Amino acid sequence: MIAATVPVKEEKNYMNAEHGLKSWLLTQDHKRIALLYLLSVTVFFIVGGLFAALIRLELTTPAGDLLDSNTYNKVFTAHGVVMIFFFLIPSIPAILGNFLLPLMIGAKDLAFPRINLLSWYVYMLGGTLGVVVLATGGVDTGWTFYTPLSTTYSNGYVVLTAMAAFVAGFSSILTGLNFIVTVHRMRAPGLTWFRLPLFVWAHYATSVIMILGTPVIAVTLFMLMLERGLHIGFFDPAYGGDPVLFQHLFWFYSHPAVYIMILPSMGVISEVVSTFCSKKPFGYTFIAFSSVAIAVFGFLVWGHHLYVSSQSAYAGMVFSILTYILAIPSAIKIFNWAATMYKGQVRLTAPMLYALGFIGLFTVGGLTGLFLAAMGLDVHVTDTYFVVAHFHYVMVGGAIMGYMAGLHYWWPKITGRMYSQLWAKVACCLVFIGFNLTFFPQFVLGYLGMPRRYHVYPVEFQVLNVLSSGGAAVLGLGYLIPGVYFLWSLKYGAKAGDNPWGATTLEWQTSSPPPTANFEVTPVVTTEVYDYSNTEVPHIV
Amino acid sequence: MPDQSFQLFPEAASSIAGQVDALYAFMVLISALFSLLIAFLIIFFAIKYRHRPGIKPTFKPADDHSIGGMVLEIVWTAIPLVLSMVMFVWGVSIYFTQSRPPADSMEIYVTGKQWMWKVQHMEGAREINELHIPLNRNIKLTMTSEDVIHDFYIPAFRTKADVLPGKYTTEWFKATKTGAYHIFCAEYCGTKHSEMIGTVYVMNEADYSQWLAAGSGEGSMAEQGQSLFNQLGCGNCHASAVNNGIGRGPNLNGLYGSRVDLKDGTAVKADESYIRESVMYPQAKLVAGFDDVMPTFKGLISDEGMLKLIAYVKSMGLKQGAPNTVPPASVTTNSTAPTAGRGAARAATPVTAPTSAGNK
Repeated sequence: MIAATVPVKEEKNYMNAEHGLKSWLLTQDHKRIALLYLLSVTVFFIVGGLFAALIRLELTTPAGDLLDSNTYNKVFTAHGVVMIFFFLIPSIPAILGNFLLPLMIGAKDLAFPRINLLSWYVYMLGGTLGVVVLATGGVDTGWTFYTPLSTTYSNGYVVLTAMAAFVAGFSSILTGLNFIVTVHRMRAPGLTWFRLPLFVWAHYATSVIMILGTPVIAVTLFMLMLERGLHIGFFDPAYGGDPVLFQHLFWFYSHPAVYIMILPSMGVISEVVSTFCSKKPFGYTFIAFSSVAIAVFGFLVWGHHLYVSSQSAYAGMVFSILTYILAIPSAIKIFNWAATMYKGQVRLTAPMLYALGFIGLFTVGGLTGLFLAAMGLDVHVTDTYFVVAHFHYVMVGGAIMGYMAGLHYWWPKITGRMYSQLWAKVACCLVFIGFNLTFFPQFVLGYLGMPRRYHVYPVEFQVLNVLSSGGAAVLGLGYLIPGVYFLWSLKYGAKAGDNPWGATTLEWQTSSPPPTANFEVTPVVTTEVYDYSNTEVPHIV
Repeated sequence: MPDQSFQLFPEAASSIAGQVDALYAFMVLISALFSLLIAFLIIFFAIKYRHRPGIKPTFKPADDHSIGGMVLEIVWTAIPLVLSMVMFVWGVSIYFTQSRPPADSMEIYVTGKQWMWKVQHMEGAREINELHIPLNRNIKLTMTSEDVIHDFYIPAFRTKADVLPGKYTTEWFKATKTGAYHIFCAEYCGTKHSEMIGTVYVMNEADYSQWLAAGSGEGSMAEQGQSLFNQLGCGNCHASAVNNGIGRGPNLNGLYGSRVDLKDGTAVKADESYIRESVMYPQAKLVAGFDDVMPTFKGLISDEGMLKLIAYVKSMGLKQGAPNTVPPASVTTNSTAPTAGRGAARAATPVTAPTSAGNK
């Protein structure tokens, strides 16, 4: 446990500055908006997780005995739609990014506080519509909405679900816009670009993807709605359209969207690893520019989803080589994080354990991406459980581990309270073990040939599916425990103090929780970021 | 029934399977090495450099900016780059084998619909959710869908391809082991996607001929296509194998595989998709020298009927030098040499001979 070294005065902070529901729902404080997001994103995570539980329960037996096919298809669609559009995409940027970006750059707020609040309302509109539609009738197209299944043959509420994702997209665009302007215009005096924390670099790169990519999915979903509602032929050959065109447009956004989910996590890991090694991240500029490289190259690889979709072999070659090139910046980050630990003062706190878990799982997720980029191998494993395992290693093992690392790291700053390190480590281990047990067998299933989105499956696949479902139960438990100790900490947790971890970035220079205006006086930056020479290393394990 | 016992690695039953498995093994090895290296470094550093209160670290911030730091960055950029380029080239080379049917392939037609696979053999045999093929012969599937996108996947052969509505895609393989293997639909296609499955039976040549002969009662696909051709009155305008037409439409003799000059000055290769489009949307690609007089046959011909018509058009004389892909109704057992070169696989002649004019 941690003992606060500085006596904390009971002073006004953003949480107790105003009271009442109205003060939260109409707030323009980026920190309060971040908490609104935290609450709503958590609800969507629970909803998406319940759908996942139904999937894993159904798949414990080869026959379709728990759900009928139609329901099963609606459940996995709901799981995908909720987790991607309403949980993963907003999670780190809208919660931690919103809370920390102004603090990290010494600003009072984001550039456009009202737009920030608007983006939460837009998100809630989209998310609520989505969940209501999925719960009251649902849709069975998969989150990918492939045509002409979605435009002509599906019986579900395709238009309303697409509308929900369409609306939520505007929230991303507004957030991305806000972040970019804020980073350009609101940095504290002396805070040059190369003194920015890597978390800020990662969010800048993410924001670029959000504002360039999201309009494309908006247009695509709009075309889908037009074709389904008014029979305007874009995609269905029956109306003279091309079904593969949809896949190109869809993945032009949805592949970069993966980087919307993973880049912010990488930003978190850079902060956490640096702090708990009390050492500047090795290769700071390489990590910073690798985020930018990922944002740029991420837009040029969508065709690697289409090797078996009748895409030209030569186009496939170009997409394949670009995909391999895109893998390099991620590899650079992993090596740099590992090198940061070299001769550091490593403290295995809960956030650090989550961060190391991220590095391990993301390494596997990234490496299995190389399998899928290899054209001849992808032909066999695409659309199988190999793909399912791969993207869960990236999105759950990567994005969610990073989110958990960030939440545990900044929780003392956000709430002013410390949670139980012991319980947090237990939960982290459960998540790590449960995750691997859930998803590793799926690599094997995929190479054996089990297609994804199968409600019933041949009996020889059962053993691996049972392992996977068992792992999911452990994983679920691992996610429940933090909910308990985080809530517990709000009332009973020890006071955290301003800088419990011995970090150097600006958000730790103000009080915990910060005052509404973030800083008493605008900080003036005179040193490099991650300068640990004057920082005491608190011993927390 | 395919083998139902528990497995950790799939059966390899096609000529390409070994190549895919070799690349897979290479990548598993590289991945394991990298994962273990990273895991080892993290755990080793976490222990060796654990924080001990009171002990000053040996690290100086300047260390990171040394020449050594830069060398490390270059090394760990270059090594993954080189390895990934090996994977890229290896993957592409397998893909090019996988995606290009050898010229001597035996053709089979597949139509996907929610939720079944319909298979037509050139010789006339038809089957549903089953595919019987001979051992050690190159097989080319030409596939289309009646509704949504499907995907014809045979894990034991390590190959799959999407099956699209309004368009033809191909997939080929050479089975190297007799037995029964799964066919899965791998592209999500709606309610009973997971029941759109079937079995491929790999048989030795003699068994296959026997099986084929038993199911060829309706005549070959080309013969069935010919009666459809007559029924629809195509021969009233188009010259074909059996009549000369009146020249209002292009001559179909020798059309398949040839280059067609279009009215707008461009040219197109007459493949399956072109023939289909010309029947369904005649005005989409007008042939140079002909007027827009053909009515659409959209809605009058089923996808399976379309495949028969195409088989008939293909039978009307093939492009010079192309192998014969339209065998006669009966299959002779002496045409099995697995390594037969172009044109040697089948000892047959086209149903009709003229390969002359093209369609000027």
